[in-house]
Amino acid sequence: MTKVTMTVNGKAVSGEVEGRTLLSAFLREGLGMTGTHIGCDTSQCGACVVHVDGKAVKSCTMFALDAAGSSVKTIEGMANADGSLGVIQQAFQDHHGLQCGFCTPGMVMSSAALLAENPKPTEAEVRHYLEGNICRCTGYHNIVKAVLAASGQDVSSVAAE
Amino acid sequence: MHNFDFVKPSSIAEAVKALSNEGAQALSGGQTLTPTMKQRLAAPSVLVSLTGIAEMKGVCLGDDGLSIGAATPHAVVAAEAAKHYPALAALAGGIGDPAVRNRGTIGGSLANNDPAACYPAAVLGSGATVVTNKRKIAADDYFQGMFTTALEEGEIITGVTFPVPEKAAYVKFNQPASRFALTGVFVAKFKGGVRVAVTGASNNGVFRWSEGESALSSNFSGAAVAGLKVDAAEMIGDLHGTPEYRAHLVKVLTKRAVDAAR
Repeated sequence: MTKVTMTVNGKAVSGEVEGRTLLSAFLREGLGMTGTHIGCDTSQCGACVVHVDGKAVKSCTMFALDAAGSSVKTIEGMANADGSLGVIQQAFQDHHGLQCGFCTPGMVMSSAALLAENPKPTEAEVRHYLEGNICRCTGYHNIVKAVLAASGQDVSSVAAE
Repeated sequence: MHNFDFVKPSSIAEAVKALSNEGAQALSGGQTLTPTMKQRLAAPSVLVSLTGIAEMKGVCLGDDGLSIGAATPHAVVAAEAAKHYPALAALAGGIGDPAVRNRGTIGGSLANNDPAACYPAAVLGSGATVVTNKRKIAADDYFQGMFTTALEEGEIITGVTFPVPEKAAYVKFNQPASRFALTGVFVAKFKGGVRVAVTGASNNGVFRWSEGESALSSNFSGAAVAGLKVDAAEMIGDLHGTPEYRAHLVKVLTKRAVDAAR
């Protein structure tokens, strides 16, 4: 076992991990932060997306020790300081951007990465950016609508829910 | 996945030393190696991460072309190579998905040499030079068949240098689930002639379509390849496409790449 230290949602954390411990496992089992979901565990589905030093990555395909010293942001860090939902989270709720909710943590983290790079994306850009996040419930339509709404754009003309 | 010792050196010299350990394996972005290890198709006893080595990162235009550090992620190439070599930047920006592009690296892709990966087409199509800790390897000598390269045990790719062509384009027919190339063609027009590299199609990995190159070298237009026929004998056949289908795609995508080249 090796000691690993990193910053998660602004707080310094550390734990003992094996070489093979994935970042997703360290977050969930080491730190008890189960908001980051593991869907496919093969880097296809995107449910495990977190930000490492500001970049969206699939935490099931990065070793915890490779993230040593990094600043990690997870879905638990997306709410406002008073505990209310953040802008993207609230937009997902308002526009029914989820059904079962399993993919939602990854969808929100990928959407946040998109909006950081491109604050006013087009519908096509949203769909393209979310290619690595799979949702089996919604058909994506309301997810895309939620992301556009979170960017402050008018979504009244986007097709019906 | 079997356990291993994880080391993250900060220099090439330290990485070479770490790789001399029995059962050691280099790890770059890990977008292929990690899933491979989960399936226990690879079980190194020491994993040497190359992503903490500053001298292996970055995009830089020099006298002999565009040099890219081996540990540079696809997303960085997509952004930083755009003004120097747009076809290469576009190729990098079309690999996998955004999260994969933030981790996967050019060196990792080349060391793995997946027969359907995009980067091998750019490297072979540009006649680039693969730089390692020991030597410089011409693209024509580097790729030696599916998952096979000229790399020796413990040798690390440190960078790649691309001559910048007058015009180039990469056109990929996506396998929609994996976003690997069902077939992809990289066309590059240099002063001295045209190079055409094909990925995703052949059982022997990335290859140059020499008939297409000759035709395009004398007439750089889509019409130049219209009368050619690509042999399906060595092409991959699987549930996504027959060898004949892939052979047909080689010609169609070459034409599209020529039309798109700028």
